[in-house]
Amino acid sequence: MKFRIYRYNPETDASPYMQAYEVDISQGMLLDAILLIKQQDDSLSLRKSCREGVCGSDAMNINGRNGLACITPLSTLKEPVVLRPLPGLPVIRDLIVDMTQFFRQYHSIKPYLVNNDPPPETERLQSPAQREHLNGLYECILCGCCTTSCPSFWWNPDKFVGPAGLLQAYRFIADTRDQATIERLDDLEDPYRLFRCHTIMNCVDVCPKELNPTEAIGHIKDMMVRRLV
Amino acid sequence: MVSRVVVGAHYGLRDWLIQRVTAGVMALGCLSLAIYLALHPGLDYQGWRALFSGDAVRTFALLFMLCLYYHAWIGVRDIAMDYIKPVWLRLLIHVFVILTLIVYAIWSVQILWGY
Repeated sequence: MKFRIYRYNPETDASPYMQAYEVDISQGMLLDAILLIKQQDDSLSLRKSCREGVCGSDAMNINGRNGLACITPLSTLKEPVVLRPLPGLPVIRDLIVDMTQFFRQYHSIKPYLVNNDPPPETERLQSPAQREHLNGLYECILCGCCTTSCPSFWWNPDKFVGPAGLLQAYRFIADTRDQATIERLDDLEDPYRLFRCHTIMNCVDVCPKELNPTEAIGHIKDMMVRRLV
Repeated sequence: MVSRVVVGAHYGLRDWLIQRVTAGVMALGCLSLAIYLALHPGLDYQGWRALFSGDAVRTFALLFMLCLYYHAWIGVRDIAMDYIKPVWLRLLIHVFVILTLIVYAIWSVQILWGY
């Protein structure tokens, strides 16, 4: 199969360029092919770890669409397969991007339970119905595919939380064990942090875990409307 | 002044809601006009004059225009927030757009009741 891969080493290259590769593989996942390419040319850099869509390390732009290389079947890709780093983030080298901004936004929504009651002997209990609300929210692996496909994040990465962060914000707003709902809604009632979302739904389109950040953002807005009127 | 990123203006929901409500009013207005035009084909100057001679039609037309201006303000402000980075320029554009829309609103009253 033929590949064209974005290459950039800031220590030796003046500017990024696309490099062509060809490997003898047609089955399996994209990551298998990239690892074969890496046997040809060990200077190619990428992040990878679990190779089964759980760690979120090998998120990249595959033929113009963000996704995880390890769970993208080669049979679904048109040749030459064009691989680029996730858009909208600074490139460290080749397919590796600097995720600092992404995680800064994630941390800004306080992604942990806030509960000031004394810890119980065992765990803090939820009914099955209460737990049900967390489905479709907690599964996010923070690969960054959604946030880096969002134009609102491209224009305001320092101010807009982004779909991944907002999905997690709702994950804690929806959690009955959390006591900081008011503070969380106050924090997101902001023209940049939440309301940069213009519902174009690129996030839903690319999420490799098939989650729906747009729906979560809609639920946050619903809750804000409910407390306003 | 330090150049730290500042957020937390704590508004946005009202505008977001108003944008939806004004869109609803405008959709209703467009639909009503379309139905009226379908029922009255070949509307001439006298026909238009007769339509806009009643205060009810004029009032709804003004409501439609005010909704349009508020809707436009939120939309243009969002575009400026996305693409115009220097704060002074953004403020300048915001002020210009607001003043222009206020003039449009006054002009609309003049058009609807002035003739």
